[in-house]
Amino acid sequence: MRLLNRRQTALGIAAGAAVLLFITAIVGAAALALVLTATGSSQSQSPFFDDYIWRVARFTILQAAASTLLSVIPAIALARAIARRPKFPGRRLLILLLAVPLGLPPIVAALGIIEIWGRQGILNDLLLGLGLAKPVSIYGLPGILLAHVFFNLPLATRLLLARLEQIPSEYWRNAGQLGLSQRQTFLLIEWPQIRGQIPGVAGLVLMLCVTSFTLVLLLGGGPGATTIEVAIYQSLRFDFDPPRAVVLALIQLAMTGALLAVLALVGKPQEEEPVYGRASRHYGRDSIGALLGDYGLIVIGGLFLVAPLLSVAAAGLASDLARLAGEDIVVRAAVTSLAIGALAATISVSMAAVLIHARRASLPLARHSTAATAFRSAVAAISSLILLAPPIVLGAGWFVLLRGHTDVFGLAPVIIVAVNALMALPFVMRVMEPAHASHMARTGRLSASLGLTGLRKFLLVDWPGLRTAFFLAAAFAMALSLGDLGAIALFGSQDVITLPYLLLQRMSSYRTEDAAGIALILGLVCLVLMIIANGGRKPSAGGF
Amino acid sequence: MIGGPEIALEDVRFDYGSAPMHFDVTLSGGVTTAIIGPSGSGKSTILNLIAGFETPDSGRVLIGEDDVTALSPAERPVTMVFQDNNLFAHLPVWRNVSIGLDRATNRSAGDRIVGGALARVGLAGYADRMPGMLSGGERQRVALARVLVRQRPVLLLDEPFAALGPGLRTDMLALMRTLQQETGMTVAVVTHQPDEAERFADEIVFIDRQAIAGHGPATGFSSRRDIPGLEAYMGEKDR
Repeated sequence: MRLLNRRQTALGIAAGAAVLLFITAIVGAAALALVLTATGSSQSQSPFFDDYIWRVARFTILQAAASTLLSVIPAIALARAIARRPKFPGRRLLILLLAVPLGLPPIVAALGIIEIWGRQGILNDLLLGLGLAKPVSIYGLPGILLAHVFFNLPLATRLLLARLEQIPSEYWRNAGQLGLSQRQTFLLIEWPQIRGQIPGVAGLVLMLCVTSFTLVLLLGGGPGATTIEVAIYQSLRFDFDPPRAVVLALIQLAMTGALLAVLALVGKPQEEEPVYGRASRHYGRDSIGALLGDYGLIVIGGLFLVAPLLSVAAAGLASDLARLAGEDIVVRAAVTSLAIGALAATISVSMAAVLIHARRASLPLARHSTAATAFRSAVAAISSLILLAPPIVLGAGWFVLLRGHTDVFGLAPVIIVAVNALMALPFVMRVMEPAHASHMARTGRLSASLGLTGLRKFLLVDWPGLRTAFFLAAAFAMALSLGDLGAIALFGSQDVITLPYLLLQRMSSYRTEDAAGIALILGLVCLVLMIIANGGRKPSAGGF
Repeated sequence: MIGGPEIALEDVRFDYGSAPMHFDVTLSGGVTTAIIGPSGSGKSTILNLIAGFETPDSGRVLIGEDDVTALSPAERPVTMVFQDNNLFAHLPVWRNVSIGLDRATNRSAGDRIVGGALARVGLAGYADRMPGMLSGGERQRVALARVLVRQRPVLLLDEPFAALGPGLRTDMLALMRTLQQETGMTVAVVTHQPDEAERFADEIVFIDRQAIAGHGPATGFSSRRDIPGLEAYMGEKDR
């Protein structure tokens, strides 16, 4: 069925091809620059070149694997506990809370984690009060693991919970009627339901932990606990050793590439409609053990999540917010952040819209033309291409490409916007694509039969139907960009400062109180954006 | 097993929050009772109250001589079959049936019982298939095989064959009838087809406006004039 006329089809496909080309050029140029520099240039100055890189690469994989295990296994238990208890006060809030880390700037979370678990943190106060001689330090592997679990346990829990809540209510009735034990229920009902989802979830978490930058930068400790991404940053910004950065970046590319290939094999985690306390009742007798176990997990999980958030809020409120807000540099950083975020979000959402439209426009052609089929696959694969090159790697590529030809830092705003827009694109596509598909399924034929086209169709049918998804994607992209420390860490300077960058500076110069205040501001802005985004997801808002 | 127990709802009140329901009825033991009535009248709720998936706000549920009001579903002498999702999709047919066996049953006796049950519902040789490979009717037959294996004296069916075509539905009703007569179970079926109810059931309960409006022998039930609301319901069905 052809719903667009010839001219519209051609235009749509051309625009899509242009975006595709643009993205490929940005990623490709970076990758090419890395490869050419690696093969053409002199050896690194570091004497322990191989050994160091080997160690960093090994640590990257090890910490990611450990983080994944520590996130996914407890997530199974927590998701199960939440699913089994359809009614308890705060259930809805807890489920909302599980979504918070998704949009929270890592630097803000890192600060919160230090407030709780750090040297001067609540936990150490407690331990010292109990008679421990020396405070426990979390910097290094423990800190990295804690932070990764803080971010990925909720993510994994949400994805698994969504699956568990899809179990038909008749299953629970049958289980109740057959008198299945806890163990049998898990083995016969819950495990089969989530089993298929686990490789995808674990792969996603592994990917996020392999490419994690900010958390490792802030919570890692010394060369013993450094990942490739942080090592790239240090090579470029501190050791002035671009060749080493290049080698590291190529290793990272190879690693993410291999991971993406594995992910493609095991399948992406199915993203369900987000969960909103929709749950089936369970029948049968509760043992005291099960009751204590479930609520114990729920309370511990909730505390683990909420404590760092509250401590950021408390520390932020205790800081001199009025003075901070009056500081020139804070205002400048906020304006820069918002401008970069808004621009990156607009570009990202526009690119996604063009790509999705092109994909649809080329659908009728795909039946007869292999070129159109290839084009459609290319659009589908673009997200993977972007994930292949995390912001730091992309930034490193452009850094070595531009170095020597132009003032790298002068171009910083452009590069940061581009990197942030690209970085958000996979997430934006994930929101907009299903929304577009279901919108078209609902209205496509009707619009075509009524002869609605062009602006009229857009204003009457498409915009009202897709608005929610559009704003949701934009808010999400903006939150991601606002919280990003990757691109700005490479390209930031006295001239271009964003809120996370300023926060990093204040943290490094031990101006803890300022850092807390800025973290609160940054966290609040992102939280508001996330609430807007989540509001758009409620079924009542006519979403998708 | 001859002569399943009678089932009594004594002054049972229950409220989902929208419409308070009141049921006071005794279903005869060892026969098939069809429960009919308009949508939302509370047909399924009656079954849920008997099976223990819902607990009355007040009143008692008796099965035979026993007050089961406070018992959990597993503790009641009841098996309930739903319209759909009776089988665990990831378990083969034999496992879906054997899950109903008493835990103490040993392996070879269990295999024999499951095989026998499958044969009785016409599914001999289907033991190793997965539910996804079966038709809707075959899946409900597996559910019935599990009913046989569980040997509970009460069988409740909530529109079990509503999703099947007319021919298949007739076959399934005949099978259900046969099994009931062989085992002597007490059977209660919620159905949307009053005409069918008259053919396969011994008694009919008519529910209207969240309460029992009429109860009597199936034969000639639909033409009774003494039950308020029944004519309107039947007329609605005819249209």
